[in-house]
Amino acid sequence: MSDHDKIYSTKFQDRIERSTILMFVMIAIVLVFGGIVEIVPLFYLDRTMTHLSPDVKGKVDSQEISPIVWQRKAGQSLDDWKPGDGVRPYKPLELAGREVYIREGCYLCHSQMIRPFRDEKDRYGQYSVSSESMYDHPHQWGSKRTGPDLARVGDKYSDEWHRRHLRYPREMVPESVMPNYAFLDDSQVDVATVRKTMEVMNAMPFYPANYTEADIQSAADATGKTEMDALIAYLQGLGNHIRFAEGVNYRD
Amino acid sequence: MEAAQAAPVKYDMEVVKWFSIAAVIYLVVGTLVGVWIAAELAWPVLNFIPEISFGRLRPLHTNAVIFAFGGCTLMATGYYMVQRTGATRLWSNGLAWFNFWGWNLVIVLAVITLPLGMTQGKEYAELAWPIDILIAVVWLSFGLNHIMTVAIRKTSHIYVSNWFTMSMIVMITYLHVVNSLAIPVSLTQSYSIFSGVQDAMIQWWWGHNAVGFYLTSGFLAIMYYFVPKQANRPIYSYRLSVLHFWALTFGYVWLGAHHLQYTALPDWTGSLGAAISLAMIIPSWGGAINGMMTLSGAWDRLRTDYILRFLVVALAFYAMSTFEGPVMSIKTVNALSHYTDWGIGHVHSGALGWVAMVGIGALYHMVKKLWNTEMYSDSLVNVHFWLSTIGTVIYIVAMWVSGIMQGLMWRDYDEYGALTYTFVESVSAMYPYYAMRTIGGLIFHLGTLVMLYNVVMTVRQASVARGTAAVPAQA
Repeated sequence: MSDHDKIYSTKFQDRIERSTILMFVMIAIVLVFGGIVEIVPLFYLDRTMTHLSPDVKGKVDSQEISPIVWQRKAGQSLDDWKPGDGVRPYKPLELAGREVYIREGCYLCHSQMIRPFRDEKDRYGQYSVSSESMYDHPHQWGSKRTGPDLARVGDKYSDEWHRRHLRYPREMVPESVMPNYAFLDDSQVDVATVRKTMEVMNAMPFYPANYTEADIQSAADATGKTEMDALIAYLQGLGNHIRFAEGVNYRD
Repeated sequence: MEAAQAAPVKYDMEVVKWFSIAAVIYLVVGTLVGVWIAAELAWPVLNFIPEISFGRLRPLHTNAVIFAFGGCTLMATGYYMVQRTGATRLWSNGLAWFNFWGWNLVIVLAVITLPLGMTQGKEYAELAWPIDILIAVVWLSFGLNHIMTVAIRKTSHIYVSNWFTMSMIVMITYLHVVNSLAIPVSLTQSYSIFSGVQDAMIQWWWGHNAVGFYLTSGFLAIMYYFVPKQANRPIYSYRLSVLHFWALTFGYVWLGAHHLQYTALPDWTGSLGAAISLAMIIPSWGGAINGMMTLSGAWDRLRTDYILRFLVVALAFYAMSTFEGPVMSIKTVNALSHYTDWGIGHVHSGALGWVAMVGIGALYHMVKKLWNTEMYSDSLVNVHFWLSTIGTVIYIVAMWVSGIMQGLMWRDYDEYGALTYTFVESVSAMYPYYAMRTIGGLIFHLGTLVMLYNVVMTVRQASVARGTAAVPAQA
């Protein structure tokens, strides 16, 4: 035994330090706790999702408040949905627009998550609830507001405003630092990709979209639409799915 | 980690040399892209073609500095330390070369795909799914080689740096595999199997632990080896290392939830994340003190040893960032700081001040050892040191001011109970700070050019021999 062997904190630590396998196993075990405790319950605790949360669900069931998630009746198409009917999967054109939103990295400057503060309510509207992004694979909550939050931008401006703003933002908002997206006018939506995307959304293990065959066929409506049209359709559908009632606590 | 035998060990250092040079080049490139996107926010005219617009280049910047510079630095130092602390060659030199070329292939693919808009839309995990699979394979080759080299060490105990590297290897594997689970639409497009609130939590479990293990544990491994080596003194406290390691390894994993305060994530998760974030000040500062106090009795060396300056200032930034982070995770502070430039400033005080500086210090140290020479110019190292420090300080001060200003402007009400400012007024108020940030970043970037020149000249002046005969580490 050299002098070095006398410098140890505990016998167990000393054993770990001498064994590669023990060190590896101990590290592998110690690392899992945080993730398991913070992530796994989100998949089964009802209170995580607004539409499953007992208080909110009770009020919806007694028709005291509007539905959180759209309950689609047999034979209804996505176009039968009206704002306020509850959260629904994206329509084909919106889905194509969402892909443009992701591709261009919009989430790096725009959040889609309104916090329950007075100023955010005045600026953006009702705070966001979890069920609103249940069909968002992946989520687009964002982490930075170089530009304003977009969670409830739907119906706030006209399509024409969006078109001009997306093409040359400084034409509508002189102080803006947003890039010009005029090039979105030049590319058409690829209907085959939209159909494939809808099938992928149906295959999701968590919150699948449950598109019907008719929904997937209706992607043909996107033929001839530009990426600009698609992005605007996506933006105009943001945040108006649920009709929120005043004075109701939607988050626990 | 004392030598078990007197005979010189022949190490596999050629691959370490290549990783080191690659790291220096990627630092230049990654910071250049950073300067460009910083300038785009001040002068939006710079977004002149889609491929270089902010939304596409920002992921390229983060991937370049984290995975290209950070990755090559971690692999260079990882292979260097594991051999020298174990007094053994690599378990497999061939696998290390696979690791080198594979990792560089990932980087080349990132440079091609990200500007083309091929992304999964998950922050810090944007790369398309086939690249994700390649990352996993190459990462595991690094992990296997590292751990097997630890296993065949000639020393009795595993040195503390290798604990930190091992924890990084295991955690990044967990994170990358879970966070990247997706269903492909095509070769370049896929969608996460998770959605909404669960996806947000998994994303930030990944996001914060990429910081916690890749950029903290991995670089703490560097600190625990290179600070004692450069200062030529043993680490201040072995017991503090043990505490630092296990507390950090257990605790860091919980922090991701603090990125989602006041969002639709359940309150308990965010609060739990914040509580553990506050507790993390203890191991983080324990580690910083452990590094700093290693210089106890040798502080005068900072006057002449410019490499040591990098390492010590990095520790100061580490202590500062690991205090700032927990403060920002407190809900009251987070209500103001979240969504603002304060977050960007915090990231950069960690990334420029801690990660880059400690990495740069280690790279200079290794360049001298690997090529068995002195630096071409010590005064250029000093110039680099000041450019890095001044650039970092200008950057983070600009972001503190702009971030706090944004937070205050957004929540300000006038005497009639109406919002005082429109959103765009906050955008135009940022202009001077965005310009200032660009200048800070540019100064830091100039430092990396000085480093590249100095390293190239050093390598040129040294006699290059394949393999390095060296005596085992003594520290």
